Amino acid sequence: MNDIVVSMKNINKNFSGIKVLKNVNLNIYKGNVMALIGENGAGKSTLMKILTGVYLKTDGEIYLNGNEVNFNDTRSSQEAKISIIHQELNLINDLSIGENIFLGREPVSSSGRILWNVLFENTKPFLQKLGLNEDPKEIVKNISVGKQQLVEIAKSLSTDAQVIIMDEPTGALTPAETKKLFQVINELKNEGKSIVYISHRLKEIFEICDDVTILRDGETIGEFPINELSEDSIIEMMVGRKLSEQYPKVETKIGNEILKVENLSNKFVNDVSFSLNKGETLGVAGLMGASRTELMRTIYGIYSYVNGEIYIDNNKVKINSPMDALNAGIAYVTEDRKSNGIITGMNIKENITLSSLKNFRGKFGFLNKSKEEDESVSYMKNMSVKATGTEQLLKFLSGGNQQKVSIAKCLMTNPKILIMDEPTRGVDVGAKKEIYDLINKFKKDGMSIIVVSSDIPEILGICDRIMVMHEGHVSGFLDMKNATQENIMTLAVGKEVHPNDIA
Amino acid sequence: MTLLKNKIFKNKPLIVLVVTCIIIALLNNRFLTSGNILTVLRQTSINAVIATGMLFVILTGGIDLSVGSVLGFCGAIAAFMVSSGFNVIIVVLLTLMLGIIIGLGNGLLITAGRLQPFIATLGTVTLLRGIILVFTQGKPIKLGNTPKSEIFSKIGTGFLGPIPIPVYIMILIFIIAFYILTHTRIGRYIYATGSNEEATLYSGIKTDKVKLFVYAFSGMMAALAGILITARLGSAQPTAGGGYELDAIAAVVLGGTSMAGGIGTIAGTAVGALIIGILNNALNLMQVSSYYQDVAKGLVILIAVLLDRKQKSSR
Ligand SMILES: Nc1ncnc2c1ncn2[C@@H]1O[C@H](COP(=O)(O)OP(=O)(O)OP(=O)(O)O)[C@@H](O)[C@H]1O
Ligand SMILES: [Mg+2]
Repeated sequence: MNDIVVSMKNINKNFSGIKVLKNVNLNIYKGNVMALIGENGAGKSTLMKILTGVYLKTDGEIYLNGNEVNFNDTRSSQEAKISIIHQELNLINDLSIGENIFLGREPVSSSGRILWNVLFENTKPFLQKLGLNEDPKEIVKNISVGKQQLVEIAKSLSTDAQVIIMDEPTGALTPAETKKLFQVINELKNEGKSIVYISHRLKEIFEICDDVTILRDGETIGEFPINELSEDSIIEMMVGRKLSEQYPKVETKIGNEILKVENLSNKFVNDVSFSLNKGETLGVAGLMGASRTELMRTIYGIYSYVNGEIYIDNNKVKINSPMDALNAGIAYVTEDRKSNGIITGMNIKENITLSSLKNFRGKFGFLNKSKEEDESVSYMKNMSVKATGTEQLLKFLSGGNQQKVSIAKCLMTNPKILIMDEPTRGVDVGAKKEIYDLINKFKKDGMSIIVVSSDIPEILGICDRIMVMHEGHVSGFLDMKNATQENIMTLAVGKEVHPNDIA
Repeated sequence: MTLLKNKIFKNKPLIVLVVTCIIIALLNNRFLTSGNILTVLRQTSINAVIATGMLFVILTGGIDLSVGSVLGFCGAIAAFMVSSGFNVIIVVLLTLMLGIIIGLGNGLLITAGRLQPFIATLGTVTLLRGIILVFTQGKPIKLGNTPKSEIFSKIGTGFLGPIPIPVYIMILIFIIAFYILTHTRIGRYIYATGSNEEATLYSGIKTDKVKLFVYAFSGMMAALAGILITARLGSAQPTAGGGYELDAIAAVVLGGTSMAGGIGTIAGTAVGALIIGILNNALNLMQVSSYYQDVAKGLVILIAVLLDRKQKSSR
C-alpha cells in the first residue's frame, strides 16, 4: 500500500444540532484515486468541505503527511496543496476562462500591472490537456455547462495541488470529455498526486479508482480496494439493502398523439418535427451541442420560435412563456437545477408549490397554508426527499435531494407532458430507481414523458422510443427493436443508420 | 430554554431597538412618557409607510430611489386638489392612483426598458423634482381654510382616542403588507424573484409583472406618505421628501433585509423604522445639534448592520 497523504479520523459534523457526519474516517493515498461514494445526503460533499476548510468540523482529527492540521478557511487548505472541484459550479460567469482559472493568482509585473498576455498564454496548456477547444478569452457564460465543468477542472489543475478532490466532475461531461478527464487523472497519478473521486456512476468508479470508501447516513461503512468489490456489493453497502432490477419496465397502453411539433426552427434548432403519444416515454439522445436542451426550452416557452407549429391534443398552441407552457399542460425539469431549477434560499415547501400556487387558494384569496404543507409532505414522502422537514432551505439539501424537489415542483402542476432534462444527474442509484419508478407510475396514469439524457443505458432502459439529435436537427428515430448503443451513437454524430444495421 | 434564547438572539434588530430605548430612557426621563411615545410613533409613521414600499422593492432585488420625489410630487398635487375644493376622499384616491402610475412608470423602465433599478429610479427623482418646482413655482401650496381642507388636515393631525391617526394608518399598512408578503401568491413570487429570478421565470411566473407590482406598491406608499405630510403641515413644500429614500432604505436594512433580495420581513422593517424614529426623537430631546445627529444616526445604523452580518456568516 502506498503512503497515506491525508487521513481524516473520527470526523463529526453537526449542522444546528443535527448530526450529519458520525465518526467518519477517510484515507487518501499517494498516487492513488480514492472513490468516495454513498447515497444522496450521505455526507460526501460535507466531508470534503471540511477537509478544504469550507466548513469547520465539530470534532475529529485531520492528518496531512502524518502531522495534525486544522484548516479554518479555504486559503489554508490551498496553501497545503489541497484543491477541490465543487459539485456546483463556482465560476464567475462574466469573466473569461483565463481570468477564472487564475482568479486571485494573476501574474503581475513588478509594478503590479496584470500581465494579460501571460495569463492567457498560461491558460492554454491546461485547456489543451483537457481537450477544451476554447479561446482563453471566451466569457464563461457563453460556453456549455460541460465545458464550464472542464474549466473548473483546469482551474484546480493549475494550482499544482498534491491532493485534488473531484465532487461529481463528470455530471455534465460528454463521454469523450469524460475519457479525456480520465487520461488526465491517470497522468496525475503517475506524477504522484492523489485524488478523491466522488460519483454516482459506478462504471466510472471501477474504471478509474483504486480504492473505495463507502458512506451511509453519515457513517463510514468501510474502505476497500476496488478489485475486491462488485457493482452489486457496492450498491448493497451504499443503500443498506439489495436493489431489484435497475430499469423496471412497465407495459402501458400507448394512446393517441398528445403533442406534435412540426418544422420548429429558431436560432438553435432547425426544422424539428416529432410527436409524442399519451402514456409514451420518448428519449432524446445526442451529444453535447446537439441543442436538445435548447429544443426543450423552446417548447417550454423560454426561447421563441420563428417557424413551425406546436399542437397539443390536435389543437394548435402558441407558447410564448413558461406560463403558457404550464397552462397547456407541459412541465419542464431543468438541466441546471442551481441556476433555474430550484431556489436555494427558499424552503422545500415553497419550492415544491411555486409553479402551482394557484391551486392553494384559501379563504379571501389568501394561500391555504395547511393544504400547502400537507401536499408538500406527501410529495416529499412519495419521492423520499431526505430532509429535516418542509421548512428546510434547499441550500442545505444534498444535490440529489434538490433534484427530487425540482421534479416534485413540476409534478405538482399535474402536467400532461413532462419534459425531464437529465433527470438523474447527480442522483444516487437508489434514488435513480425511485425516479424511474415514479416515471412509470405517471406513465400508467397516462402522462407522456420526454427524457433528455446523456446516459445511454438510462435512455435504453426507460424509454419506448428514442429521438436522436445532431447539431440542432433530428437525425433519426429508433424504436426499441433497433435501439442499441451503436445505433444511437451513429445517429448522434450525424451519420445515418442503414436499414441492414437494424436488427 | 435554548430555543427561546435562539429566538431572541436571532432577532438582532429587536435587540438593538430595546437597547437603544433603555440607554435613551436612562439618559433622558422625558423619553418614556406616553406623550412622547405617541409622538415618536407619529413621526415614525411617514418613514414606516415609505419603508414598507421600499421593502417590497428590495425583496425583489431592486431599489426605489424615487420615493422622496414621489412623496413631494403627490403631496403637492394633493394640496392643489384640496385647495381647489375637491372632495377629500377623491383627493386621497386620485393621489394614491398617481403614486401607482408613477411607480408603474418606474417598473416599465426597469422591465420593458431593461434599465437597472438604481438608474431608472434615479432618473425619476430628478425628473419629478423638476416638475414639482415648475408646477409650484418653488413656493409652498397651502391647503387653505375651507371645511374640506380641515377634514383633509385631520388625516395628519387628528386623533382617534389618544392615538394619532397616522399611527393607525401605519399599523394598517403593516398588517396589509404582512398579509401580502406571507399569505398571498404575489408575496411568495416577490421573495422568489429576489432569490432567483431565472428559476422563478422557469416556474411559470411572469417576473416582470411581479416587478411592476412592487414598484407600483412603492409608488402608492410614497403617495400615501405625501398625503400624511401635506395633511400634517397644512401645506405642500416643494422640497418635501428630499432624502427620505435614505431613511427608508436604512429602516429596511436595519430590519435585517438583504439588499440582494429574497430575504427580509415586515416585522424587521417595522423595527428598523422605529429605531430610526426613536433616534431622531431622542437626539432632539437631548438637544443634540443636527450635525451630530447625523453622525450618531449613521453610527447606530452601521453598528446594527455589522452585528447582523456577523451573525449570518457563522459556519
Ligand atoms: N450547510 C448545511 N446546513 C445544514 N445541513 C446541511 C448543510 N450542508 C449539508 N447539510 C445536510 O448534510 C447532509 C449531507 O449532505 P451532503 O451534501 O454532504 O451529501 P452528499 O453525500 O454530498 O450527497 P449528494 O450525492 O446528493 O451530493 C444532508 O442531509 C444535508 O441536508
Ligand atoms: Mg454532494
